[in-house]
Formats: sequence, structure tokens, C-alpha cells
Amino acid sequence: MKINNHLIVTIGSALMLVSCGQQNQSSNGALSSSAAEKVYVAPGEQDEFYAFLSGGYSGNLTVYGLPSGRMFKEIPVFSQFPTSGYGYSEETVPMLNTSHGFVPWDDLHHPDISQTNGELDGRWIFVNGNNTPRIARVDLSTFETAEIIEVPNSAGNHSSSFITENTEYVVAGTRFAVPVPQRDMSISEYKGNFKGALTFISVDPEHGHMAIKFQLLMPGFNYDLSHPGRGKSHGWFFFTTYNTEEANTLLEVNASQNDKDFIAAINWKKIEEYVNNGGGTKMPANYAHNVYDEHSHTGTSTMRKEVLTVDPTKVPGAVYFLPTPKSPHGCDVDPSGEYIIGNGKLSADLTVHSFDKMIAAIEGEKFDGEAYGIPILKFEDVLAGQVKSGGLGPLHTEFDGKGNAYTTFFISSEVVKWKLGTWEVIDRKPTYYSVGHLMIPGGNSRKPFGQYVVAMNKITKDRYLPTGPEMEHSAQIYDISGDKMELIYDFPTHGEPHYAAGCPAELLAPKSQKIYRLDENQHPYAVTTADGSKVVRDGKEVHVYMSTIRSHFTPDNIEGIKVGDKVYFHITNHEQDFDVPHGFSILGQNSSELLVMPGQTKTSVWEPKQVGVWPFYCTDFCSALHQEMQGYVRVSPANSNIELKWSLGE
Amino acid sequence: MKKASILMIFGPLFLLGLYIFPLWNIMLGAPQYPDPLGLNIHINGLKGVNEFDIQNIDGLNHYIGMHTLPKAEDMWEFSTFPMVIGIMVALGVLIGLLGYFNKVNYKWFLGWFVLMSIMGILGMYDFNEWLVDYGTNLDPNAIMKLTNPDGTAMTYKPPLLGHVKMLNFDVTSMPASGGWLMFVGMMLTLAAGFLGWKKTKKQ
Repeated sequence: MKINNHLIVTIGSALMLVSCGQQNQSSNGALSSSAAEKVYVAPGEQDEFYAFLSGGYSGNLTVYGLPSGRMFKEIPVFSQFPTSGYGYSEETVPMLNTSHGFVPWDDLHHPDISQTNGELDGRWIFVNGNNTPRIARVDLSTFETAEIIEVPNSAGNHSSSFITENTEYVVAGTRFAVPVPQRDMSISEYKGNFKGALTFISVDPEHGHMAIKFQLLMPGFNYDLSHPGRGKSHGWFFFTTYNTEEANTLLEVNASQNDKDFIAAINWKKIEEYVNNGGGTKMPANYAHNVYDEHSHTGTSTMRKEVLTVDPTKVPGAVYFLPTPKSPHGCDVDPSGEYIIGNGKLSADLTVHSFDKMIAAIEGEKFDGEAYGIPILKFEDVLAGQVKSGGLGPLHTEFDGKGNAYTTFFISSEVVKWKLGTWEVIDRKPTYYSVGHLMIPGGNSRKPFGQYVVAMNKITKDRYLPTGPEMEHSAQIYDISGDKMELIYDFPTHGEPHYAAGCPAELLAPKSQKIYRLDENQHPYAVTTADGSKVVRDGKEVHVYMSTIRSHFTPDNIEGIKVGDKVYFHITNHEQDFDVPHGFSILGQNSSELLVMPGQTKTSVWEPKQVGVWPFYCTDFCSALHQEMQGYVRVSPANSNIELKWSLGE
Repeated sequence: MKKASILMIFGPLFLLGLYIFPLWNIMLGAPQYPDPLGLNIHINGLKGVNEFDIQNIDGLNHYIGMHTLPKAEDMWEFSTFPMVIGIMVALGVLIGLLGYFNKVNYKWFLGWFVLMSIMGILGMYDFNEWLVDYGTNLDPNAIMKLTNPDGTAMTYKPPLLGHVKMLNFDVTSMPASGGWLMFVGMMLTLAAGFLGWKKTKKQ
């Protein structure tokens, strides 16, 4: 009995300690469930949301689950990817072709999921290459890059790749104004001579194929970020600008002199009508358009030679400038389409413009001068309100669909929740550290899914076990279902995420492709039957039509190859079973391996330089007999007359 | 007798379901196959539950030396069974109609049921024979030659009915929708026989 009493006292005091501890840590009260429970996705369970995080300087797009923060895939887009052979295989090298030749890398920034009626439809996701201006379309049934179009007359393709609310256009804006067309001229003559091209790329509603509809040649400011109008403001597009000073050196000082820069409001419907009626000027250009065909498993690159340009002053009523303080960065439009938020990065406040007021000001012709012939509206006439946040360095804003907005503050490292319309700050939570973008699934559409916000940070410091000077960036997940935000998870990201896009899992998971059908394989070098393998010599080129199935290559012995030959291994994976890829690599290959999905064909070129018998093998642990999945190529001297032959099981 | 005859007319028609739906089904699940592979046995051939299941079952079975699954033209059963079912349906409906017009009595109903049952049992026997051959007639050069704890060579006969654990696979064999329809149809003819018998007894 005594022992029992003693136990009860001990347990009682332990409970008190625990509850004291909780009170100290959380102000949300005892009823809120623990953060661990909220992010815990039990083994075998699946996440609620997909999150596509830009890979920044990795050039790729990463796919995560929310709320678990687990990474599912890295989709190669603008960078060579030896894991799969993307950018190394003969089929995918054309995807990285540009007017500057083969460019095997880029800086991938802003993913945006296709929309219908302003809501996510999950067909494609668009991303931009910032360095060598390009826009890519990634298919969301294969999760592979389907198309890349180069953007001519642009540089620093940053206010991209945002789509209009029916995916009519994917828009690409120029951050670094340049001479248009490019020419040899003095840099100091920038002012008044350089241009900032805003490019409207039409998207074929059925296949998603992209084509440049027109380029609006704007004054040489820096067009930093953009977002489409939606709902009542559908038909307009909004771009933040900085460096309206048009400085060409020491921009950190010289581009920060004007108290206000602009948000450029573009009535693209009006310009579309203008060009449909024959308006605009055709200009010679040279840009690559690369399309990957899912059935031939092959990309083709075509050089386009012309682009239609539009002078904004030639289309009255199409372009206006909205004065916006302090070099605004993010340009975000709320789900109703009424509020246009300029995140003045050198300020403490957010500037919110009203679409209705803008239209009234335009109709009342209340202008405050002009810039290069483009009317400037009066700041006071278009201002809806200002959010006095108390934070520093606002960058980006997303919305929860419940009347709230969430803004990141880079300098003060925090996410601030505020109310649309009243502009009052409701909550603020620290980030770790120096947050850039944030993302709520659907948070920049008409229908956000306001469950979680992901904050993507630029600085990691002490968040994880140290890994030397270089480390991955950190991201935080906050539960935003309640009045107050709750930090529930912290995870490292790959590359440098600039923006992300998310959507409910059920939008994509059911249609995610499991295999490629072998009977639909139209690759010219595919082997689609078990006995179709062969080796064909054409001068110094040798084509190996090879197939794979657990657990052998057909053929697996090849003789009659000579030093100096160029050997094309065309590998077709005969599996039609989910998640059974085969790999291919051969000793001395000067490129990468191939990872070939079921039903797919990929090609690797091998140029043997030494006489010998060289092995090849399957790099993907495909089966219990994976280690046996190997073969040999005999390489004879250049002048030998060994007959070409191939076999399996002889 | 009218009620019994109507049952006797409709009962055999349920067997027509066998031309569309599978008679039997064998599912193979394993840790690496969370969506199990499946084999539907129709009276006129084998089909995968999912499009590529047969190819994938064959691909896995080659490791242990099992022959590939037979195509429709490889087994006489797949051409004979549809004919037998057709004849039995016609015969059953005919008996029912004759019963309706009082040309035959309930004993014919029961006779059809007994005949169909015997054929069913023979069919099951034949099916089991094939399963034995499929699971035990192994390629002597199989990649994996496994033995039981007692030293005898391991064989892989799927169960005729029920569940068996085979290596990493859980194999479950059950009647499928066509089989159940046949069962219902046969029960209707049995009921027809019973009703007919009761009616006769009353008179």
C-alpha cells in the first residue's frame, strides 16, 4: 500500500513536470495535437499533398510530400542528370539545345501547375530557366520534362513561368534588360536603349505544346516577378519592377534610389486581340523549341527564326504603371483577383493595390505622368491599403482561401499572417533562416487548400547536423488550419528552392503512369519483340538493338566491334511491370549510364578506344539474378576483319 | 409446377455469365507486389486481372522452372468447355419449357442438376490435374531449384480452393463471378426440382 502511494506521488509529480513543460513551450493550449502527430505519415500511408519545389541552381524540380517533407523524385529539367541519363542519352540531348548550343545546366525558379477556371487541373507544371532563358513543361502523368522553349530577347528569365487562369499562356519576363535585338554597344548606353521583353507563350489546350504568341518590348527596367489576374481581373497580368532608375552598375545602390518603382499592369487580352488582328512587328530571331515525344521516347530540337514583337505604346489601354514603393519583389494576386500585392523588399510595409480602383483610375484617366509613353497611375488612386507588418524585407505572399494572406520577410526571418481588407496582422512565426518563397498548395489560384504553408529558406546554419561549409537549404512546414500558425516540421531541400507549387495528392496520384506500353513504342531503334535484337554496322557506326528483361540483355555477347567505331546501344526494356527499370553501363563510356523504364528505349553512345573484351551490366538491382545481368563486347584492332556477330545463350 | 418450371428456365441462363465473367480466380500477392498479380480462368482461356499480369507471372515463374501459362489454343478444354456450357444451357431451358407445358416432371429438373454437377466435378478434376502439372512439371535447368526441409524437390501447385503460402507469394484461389453465377443458377434448378417434388407430393 505504501509502495502504491509512493508510486502515485511519483507519477503525479512527473505529470506536473510534463504539463509545466508543455505550458512553457506551447501557447496553443492542451487540446491541440502534437506537431509530431500532424506530420507523421505512418509507414505505408501516403501524404495529403504533392509539393513541387524548384531546385534553383540544381536545374531540376524536386517532388515532395506534405506534410511529411519526404522527397519522392528529382525531375531533371534543365540539367544533365546521370542518374537516368537525361541530357546524356541520344534521345534527351536535344532537350538541352539552345541558340547558344548545348547548355547542360540552368537555374530553375518558379513552378506553376496548369489551371482551368483558375483552379489547379494537374495536367502540367511549368518551370523557368533563369540563366539561358527557357520555359519547360513537365508532364504530370509521367513526371518527366516534355518540352522546353527558349525565350529570345530575354535575359534573367525571372518573372516567369506563371500561367493565366485557363493556361492560355505561360508568361516569361526579363529581369536583366538587354539590347533588342542583341548587338555590340556600350554598356553605359543602357538607359533608354535596353528593353525588357515580356513574352506570352501560348499553351495548346490539348497537348500543352508551347509557342511564342508575342513579346511585349517594355522599357529597360528589371521585371522581377509576376502573377496573373484571376476572376474579375482575368485578362490582366501584373509584373513588379525594380531598377526603374535604369542603372547599369552597382545596382545595389543605384537601383535603390527611387522611392517607388512600378507594378506593370498588362491587359494581355487587349494585346492578344491586337496581334490577332495583324498587329505587332515580326522580328528575326533564333531560338530553340525542344519537344519530347512520349511514344518515340525521343526529343527533337527545332530552331525558330522569327518572333512577333509588340510596342506597348502602339496598343492604347493595354499597359499601365502602378507606383509601388521600395523595389518590390513578389507580385501576388489574391484568390478573388481584387488585390495585387507588391512586396517592397527594402521596406517594412506591404503595398496592396485594388483592381477595381485601378480600373476606375484608368477610366477616369487620372494619370501621374508617363514613362516611355506608358501612363503612370496615381499611387493614392490605386492603393487599397498597406500592411504595417513590423517585419523587414517582405518578399512573397500566398493565400489560404479564407481571407488571409501570408507574407515572407527575408530580413526579419518570419512568416506574417494578415487579413485581406483590414490589413491587420494576425500572427507571425519565425523561420530558420531568411525565408524566400513560401507555398500554400493552390495558394496562388482561385482555390487555395489552406492546410499547410511551406517556408523555403536561404540560410540553414545550425538547423541540421553540420556537413562542412556547404549544406542543403532548410524549409519549414506550418499548420495554418487554426487562427495561429504552428511550426510542425523542418526539412532540408535540394538545390535552392525558389518558389514551389502544391496540389492535393488525389489530383495526380490516380493518373501517375506506371509503365510505358511496349506496343506503343515508336522509337526507330526499338526492339519490340523477343527475337528482334540485332547488331547492324553502317561504316564506322554500329547500332546495337538490345532488349532487357529479368535478368538478361539480348544479345549479351557481341564481337566484331573495332577501335574507332561509334557504337550506339539502343536499349529497350521489355518489362511491362510497375517499377522494374533496367540500367545499362559499359566500361569506358564517356557519358552516363541509362536507366530505362518498362517499355522505354534509350540510347547511349560508346566509342571504344582500347582493344579488349569489355563488360557491360545492369546498374539497377532489378531482380534476384541482377548480378548475372551482364555481357561482353569484344573490341578488335581497327584493321581486323573479325566478323560482326551477336548472341545470347550460345 | 409453373413456378418450378420458371425457375428451371431461368436457372440455366445464369450459366451464360461464364461467357463473360471468369469461372475461377487465382491471386498472387507478395511484399513487392502490394497490388497482387492475378489470373482469371475463363471457360475459353486465361486472362490477367491486369493487362500484363500473365506476362509478369510467367516472368517470375521462369526462375523456378515453371512453364509459361497456356494460351487458349494450347488446351482442348478452352474450346470444349464453351460448347458444353452452351449445350447444357439449351438443354436446361428446354427442360424448363417442357415442364412449363407439363410435358416433363420435376425429375428431369433434378436430372439436369445431377448431370451438371457431375460435369462440374469432372471439370474441377481436370482443372486440378492441370494445376498439378503446372506446379510440378518443372524445367530441369531451372535457375532456382529449391528443396523442402525433407530434401525433396519443392513444387509449386497452386491450391484448387483456398490460400497457400508459396515462397514469398500468398496464393489464393477462389471461384470468381462467373463461377458464382453458375452456382446460383444451379441452385435455382435444384430449387425448381424441390418445388416440383413438393407440388407432386401434394397432389
